[in-house]
Amino acid sequence: MNIRRLPVLVALAAILPLSACGGGAGAGAGGESTLTVLAAASLTETFTALAAEFEADHEGVTVELAFDSSATLAQQAVDGAPGEVLATADETTMQIAVDGDVVADGPEVFATNVAVLVTPPDNPAGLTSFADLDDDAVTYVVCVDSAPCGKIAAGLIDAAGITHEPASLEVDVKAVLAKVTGNEADAGIVYATDAVSAGDAVTAIDIDGAADQQTVYPIATLEQSSDAGLAREFMALVLSDAGRRVLEDAGFGSPP
Amino acid sequence: MSRRSTLGAPPALLLVPALVAATFLVVPLATLVIATPWSRFFELLGTEAVRDALGITALTSVATVIACLLLGTPLAWLLARVEFRGRSLLRAAVTVPLVLPPVVAGVALVTALGRNGLIGGLLRDLTGVTIPYTTVAVVLAHTFASMPFYVLAVEGALRASGEEYDVVAASLGATRWTTFRRITLPLALPGVLAGAILAWARSLGEFGATITFAGNYPGTTQTMPSLIYGALQSDPEVARTLSMILLIVSVAILASLRNRWLVRP
Repeated sequence: MNIRRLPVLVALAAILPLSACGGGAGAGAGGESTLTVLAAASLTETFTALAAEFEADHEGVTVELAFDSSATLAQQAVDGAPGEVLATADETTMQIAVDGDVVADGPEVFATNVAVLVTPPDNPAGLTSFADLDDDAVTYVVCVDSAPCGKIAAGLIDAAGITHEPASLEVDVKAVLAKVTGNEADAGIVYATDAVSAGDAVTAIDIDGAADQQTVYPIATLEQSSDAGLAREFMALVLSDAGRRVLEDAGFGSPP
Repeated sequence: MSRRSTLGAPPALLLVPALVAATFLVVPLATLVIATPWSRFFELLGTEAVRDALGITALTSVATVIACLLLGTPLAWLLARVEFRGRSLLRAAVTVPLVLPPVVAGVALVTALGRNGLIGGLLRDLTGVTIPYTTVAVVLAHTFASMPFYVLAVEGALRASGEEYDVVAASLGATRWTTFRRITLPLALPGVLAGAILAWARSLGEFGATITFAGNYPGTTQTMPSLIYGALQSDPEVARTLSMILLIVSVAILASLRNRWLVRP
């Protein structure tokens, strides 16, 4: 009879994965001093570099980076997730944190970004322009409408009068890039910075009118910060000339 | 009751953690019920995105159960009734997806069945058909995740129902197929039913493998969990409402299982 009881455990195990998908900021307890930075997925490379620079300049400080979609991070910040600094990929998501009364200093715009079309290196669908997406034989992916990159993609698709629909609405821009670099899609709409970071793994095609729908990146320190001074210093580094150089090398534009 | 008087009162050392555990499991779900915007519940239930996602979830979970019944039952029978070299190895291999992180399952499915995958690439070269981004891909992802639950439940039922009846049937001249059809399967039917419900429940909640392998598009591959994850980024109220719908379904499943396991001592 014991063996028949097993399925109950199995049933419980079945429910676990749902809850495990929430993702979250790794709260870095311990160490001498830890600065947790919540940053949009598209800031992965630049903020990793800036964090290393910050650690080199601040003895005994460890920078913990949590990358996720801007909306998720902003919501987590409002819900009290441990974090000192929040950097999002648009002003709408930053507004969630502002409305939630968790922003201490800022927000201040530190970078801009535009959308580009990327294809696998061998360009299997033979695309030469953004308008070529309007072909039923082309499999392309974009971000889900609720993500900033999805709003921009939808706007550009509308503006170009493309009626052929994407094959999938990915949860964030890295997922779109992964589908293209993995050659599971003929094309994807990502940020210029993602195309730079992917290097030879993708071919980038400029989108006409992309500049009209550029996105701005605001940064702010958070109320729940355990070290407000350190948080402000990190924000200053991102806004400094040195910070701007790192960002420009990665394909970001300068704030207006 | 008589037992309690001889054993004494439950010690606080056990009672307190037990209550903490129960609270921990119940409170989040209770707050979800409270936080659900009930005034908008039916309005949201009627929106196209929700109806599409519910439809896809219903369709793919039923297809998953059918796939489990047709393919998983013979596999469970093979593992329970046939002696062969490497049987325990095979059992271990087919139960791996049970403990595999769903995203890893999705990545594995892409490497096998993606349009450049080992099998998917071959299929594309031969027929021009690609699997990702289709409802079929959702069913494949769900079946990959659900089948181990089904196989384990049915294998357990087959072992518990006993092989001696099979032996008797065989001694009376029944072929192995007849024995399976007339004796083995009817005896294991409660296990088959329980396994099917488990597989169905796993399919309802499947998210990681689906979004990695099949993608996320309304009307073709967007299931309830994918819609919930997307809604969380734009409107948490919608996400809570959709979660409530799945919670109701889960409770219904539990209620149907209750008679089988939970009330037994």
